[in-house]
Amino acid sequence: MVLGRTMKAALLGVSLAAIAAFGASAKTLVYCSEGSPEGFDTALYTAGTTFDASSRPLYNRLVEFVRGTTEVEPALAESWEISDDGLTYTFKLRPGVKFHSTDYFTPSRDFNADDVIFSFERQRNADNPYHQYVDGASWEYFNYMSMPSLIESIEKVDDMIVRFNLSRPEAPMIANLAMDFASILSKEYADQLEAAGNKQQFNQQPIGTGPFQFVAYQPDAVIRYKAFADYWKGKTQIDDLVFAITTDQAVRQQKLIAGECHVMPYPNPADVESMKANPDLQVMEQEGLNVGYLAYNTQQAPFDNAMVRKALNMAINKQAILDAVFQGAGQAAKNPLPPTMWSYNDDIEDDPYDPDAAKQMLADAGVSDLSINVWAMPVQRPYNPNARRMAELIQADFAAIGVEAEIVSYEWGEYLERSKALDRDGAVLLGWTGDNGDPDNFLALLGCDGVGGANRAQWCNEEFNALLLEAKTLGSQEERAALYKQAQEVFKREAPWATIAHSVVHMPMRANVTGYVMDPLGIHQFDGVDLTE
Amino acid sequence: MLRFLFSRVIVLIPTFIGVSIIAFAFIRLLPGDPILLIAGERGLTEERYAELQAAYGFDRPIVVQYLDYLAGLLTGDFGESIVTKRAVLEEFFSRFPATLELSFCAIVFAALLGIPAGMLAAVKRGSIIDQSIMGTALVGFSMPIFWWGLLLIILFSGVLGWTPVSGRISFLYFFPPVTGFMLIDSALSGQEGAFRSAVSHLILPTIVLGTIPLAVIARQTRSAMLEVLGEDYVRTARAKGLPPWRVIGLHALRNALIPVVTTIGLQVGVLMAGAILTESIFSWPGIGKWMVDSVFRRDYTVVQGGLVLIATLIMLVNLGVDLLYGLINPRIRRN
Repeated sequence: MVLGRTMKAALLGVSLAAIAAFGASAKTLVYCSEGSPEGFDTALYTAGTTFDASSRPLYNRLVEFVRGTTEVEPALAESWEISDDGLTYTFKLRPGVKFHSTDYFTPSRDFNADDVIFSFERQRNADNPYHQYVDGASWEYFNYMSMPSLIESIEKVDDMIVRFNLSRPEAPMIANLAMDFASILSKEYADQLEAAGNKQQFNQQPIGTGPFQFVAYQPDAVIRYKAFADYWKGKTQIDDLVFAITTDQAVRQQKLIAGECHVMPYPNPADVESMKANPDLQVMEQEGLNVGYLAYNTQQAPFDNAMVRKALNMAINKQAILDAVFQGAGQAAKNPLPPTMWSYNDDIEDDPYDPDAAKQMLADAGVSDLSINVWAMPVQRPYNPNARRMAELIQADFAAIGVEAEIVSYEWGEYLERSKALDRDGAVLLGWTGDNGDPDNFLALLGCDGVGGANRAQWCNEEFNALLLEAKTLGSQEERAALYKQAQEVFKREAPWATIAHSVVHMPMRANVTGYVMDPLGIHQFDGVDLTE
Repeated sequence: MLRFLFSRVIVLIPTFIGVSIIAFAFIRLLPGDPILLIAGERGLTEERYAELQAAYGFDRPIVVQYLDYLAGLLTGDFGESIVTKRAVLEEFFSRFPATLELSFCAIVFAALLGIPAGMLAAVKRGSIIDQSIMGTALVGFSMPIFWWGLLLIILFSGVLGWTPVSGRISFLYFFPPVTGFMLIDSALSGQEGAFRSAVSHLILPTIVLGTIPLAVIARQTRSAMLEVLGEDYVRTARAKGLPPWRVIGLHALRNALIPVVTTIGLQVGVLMAGAILTESIFSWPGIGKWMVDSVFRRDYTVVQGGLVLIATLIMLVNLGVDLLYGLINPRIRRN
């Protein structure tokens, strides 16, 4: 008995010593990420997984989203001025911002205008030595946000002032500059690598001004960062940040429960309840900035008749979809904008679920024996975790009002391509996740420019389109919001889509993680996070 | 022996060309387009699409693309990944040691357990031991890897807490890779506990990946042993009064091993297939997982390059097995 007690005491002593030693050495936060980053030069890529591992820990932007919101705050730019005609943006840069100093690069100067100009010029100027520094380099987000045609020139006014001259007024410009592709990289480092004939390293051993600096990356296994002691906002509370790449969702969950990681993204919705019940864990949740929809082809009869589209919308039982497909991790959508977005029009009433009325409306519209193809995406997306299942439920709902629906699907690339066709047969399940927290980013999907492209409803409504175009030229958010609210009314009246759902994102973590803030754009960020005992 | 070697190597050339064609065609026959996948829901304008097609060289005639790729293969240039923009060869060799280490441990595990189990089953033929071993082998052979892996993780890592859930080593240990083999690197690192951590991370994936080969080897050993045990020379050996362990362990086993060695060689292909799933479950940073991800992304250069590299390795292993076979059985190299 005495021996037993002694042994227990000894064991306890050893384990406490081990914990103390570990605790005292460094605060390490382990994040079980869902995949490998494609690289570390953010602007080359478009995947959120890459942004999590590159732009957020390593770099800063001129302006940034306030953590947990889509509001923009000053970052590497202390302040900015926009000319009255909306064509000139002048940024005053923050002095004294340091770049990371590592065993592969020691900066000789602080951040300045040259870094800003370099970071954008390499994306827009084909003659820039870093425009094609890796084979097949393409700057897809920069292109997608229409930057090549929008930015006429970028000038260095002096070392700490940069001016962007635009070809047209663009209200979302500041929000665009908070996006990941607009991360600021070190020109000095780029020049040094160019001189050494080793430009490829720019994408593999990154240097930025961000809260963490790069230590090592082993593909598909682990990324290591350490806190940047000279970070301009002050050193982060955690000392080391580790991304333990764990692609399988069930395994991530086991690792979190076993304490092998502190935070995991993308849990299986069915497991959320059991994780909430676990005293060692906490589960945060937030409405995702996304929308899942069914886009009719408004150019094909009888779906060119808004009454028919409305009738079909009224036949869809969204609650059943939320229960079966989202398993509770979603909310019904009535607008094309998610509710967390400014200018969301909450006064709009959703079409009620009413199969009898829907049937009557179809009869009134003179439509009988209607059949429709429902396209189901082959992939899982936050806005639609199981499109096949969703399509089956919609099929059954349509059958209840006498509409025969057939489900079709293609490989993802094919699906995206074929669904653009003007003569497409059927309604397409698809969705959108916000890029920059600007309503235009969502509503532009329904603009006349997008017909035959991103506008899967092939819907060109002059009233709606004019509101969108006008809003883009206005500087005041209030004025813009009023126009977007009107646009949502037009949308509801015309019903080019059946808006299905906005997802709710869950983020399970260990109970001792504090200060984590969920990001509406779906990015995972660890500055400001701490670990308690 | 040289002629034997030469005849085997000559066969490899048409096989290699065949593999290169299949690898090239396979990924292109799948529906889907890497450029469209990269663009995703955001989509691309037609002009931008055409620009990217030209940038990747996909706008050239397919034969030209193939010849270009073949010329690259022959000069050791496997191209760059469409997704990560890194050299395929570099990506392959940064992951290959992880797969090799796991496969090696799995095959050693399978052989060390499978051969004695098969021998025991053969010697005790018809007994309850034989039936249990063969029954277990059948279950092992039929086990879906994904399910089996998760089951072990939940039991040993989740409930019992004996082994880590996934990865190659605890994040507490950090050292630059020297050989790429975690067991060796962790031992070389001199960090206390690193080697133990590496071993503990290897246990579950080794068992999962080794299960199917273990079952196959056990069954093959059993049937080969049964055949050999009925041979005249074994009866003679017994009649001479040799102790049973000498008869079984020396006379019978040596001859029974010939088909077993072939089986082990053939398991390399099976291991590669199994590695794809095992690596996915255990977040093992090897080439199996890399290939699966690349197929989903339609990363043409990675899939075609990776397939050729894997196929070449399997061909070389089989060549090695053929040579080994010749060593064990002189009749084969004479023929």
